[in-house]
Amino acid sequence: MSAVLIDVLTAILVLAGATMCLAAGIGLNRFPDVLSRLHAATKPQILGLMAVTADVAINNFSVGTVTLSIAIVVFQALTAPMAAHLVGRAAYATEHLRPDLLIVDELKDRRAAR
Amino acid sequence: MTTPRERLEAVGNQIPPLIALTVLWMLLWGKFSWLNLLVGLGVGIVVTVAFYLVPVQQSGRVHPLHAVLFFVRLIVDIVRASIDVSWLAVKPRLVTSNAILEIRLRTRSDLILTWTGVATSIVPGSIVVDIDRESSILYLHVLNMNSAGEIERFRRRVLDTERRIVRGFGSREDVERMRGVRPENRRSERRRRAEGTTGKGQS
Repeated sequence: MSAVLIDVLTAILVLAGATMCLAAGIGLNRFPDVLSRLHAATKPQILGLMAVTADVAINNFSVGTVTLSIAIVVFQALTAPMAAHLVGRAAYATEHLRPDLLIVDELKDRRAAR
Repeated sequence: MTTPRERLEAVGNQIPPLIALTVLWMLLWGKFSWLNLLVGLGVGIVVTVAFYLVPVQQSGRVHPLHAVLFFVRLIVDIVRASIDVSWLAVKPRLVTSNAILEIRLRTRSDLILTWTGVATSIVPGSIVVDIDRESSILYLHVLNMNSAGEIERFRRRVLDTERRIVRGFGSREDVERMRGVRPENRRSERRRRAEGTTGKGQS
C-alpha cells in the first residue's frame, strides 16, 4: 500500500474513533436517566475502539498487532454488554429510572403479574 | 454417583473453552509457535479446572457460511447503530422516549439465548435489562422508540438476529423450530396486514 493511502486511512479511522468517543461523552452528559446513559457510555465507544485498533493494525502491520487488536475488540465486545446489563439490571431493580421516559414497560407488567 | 459416561461428557464440555483460552493465549503473545501452544494449553487447563464453569449444552453444529454472514451483518449493524446513537447524543432537540420490551425468543438453548443477548446489546440502542431463562425471554431497554410501528420493527430485528445465530451455530432441533415457525408467521402476518388495510379502505 502506498504511504498516502495509509495516511488517509489513518486520518479517517482516528477521526471516526475520536468522533465516536466524543459522542459517547456528550451522550453521557445529556441523556436524562441511568438506562439511556448506559447506551451512550457503552456503545458508540465500541465502534470507536474498533476504528482505532484497526488503525493501529494497519500502521504496524504484523501478525502480532493484528491478533492483539482482534483480541482487544472481541473482549471489549464480550464484556461491555455484560457490564451494561449488570448496571441496567441494578438500576431497574432499585428503581433508578424515570417511568415518564418509557412509552412501554413490559417488564413492569410481568413483575406485577407475578 | 456419576457414571464414567457422564464424566466423559463433562470433560468434553470443557474442551471448547479450553481451545478458546489457548487461542487467546497465543493471540496475546502475538505468535503462533509450538511453545506458545503448549504453555497456552497448560494455562488453559489450570484455568478451566480452577474456575470451573457450569457445563453449557453445546449445539455441536456450525454452518460456516451462515456464521460469516452473521458476523458481517453484526458489524454492519454496529456501525449503523453507533452513528444513530451518536447523532441522538449530539442533536439539538433531545429525545427522551424509550421503551422496555419483552421479546420472546423461539430457541430453548441457553447458548443461543446468551449469544442473542450479547449480539443485541452490542448493537447500540438496546440493553438487556433482564432475562427469563426458562421461557427464553429477553427484556430489552431500547433507546428512541416513538411508535408502535417502530417497536414492531425492533422486535423483528431481534428475532432476525436470533434466526441468523441459530442458522450459524444452533442445533439441528433449533433450526427446525425456526423453519417451522417463521414462514407461517410471515405469511399470516402479511395476510392480516392486507386484510387490515382493505378493511380500513372499506369502512
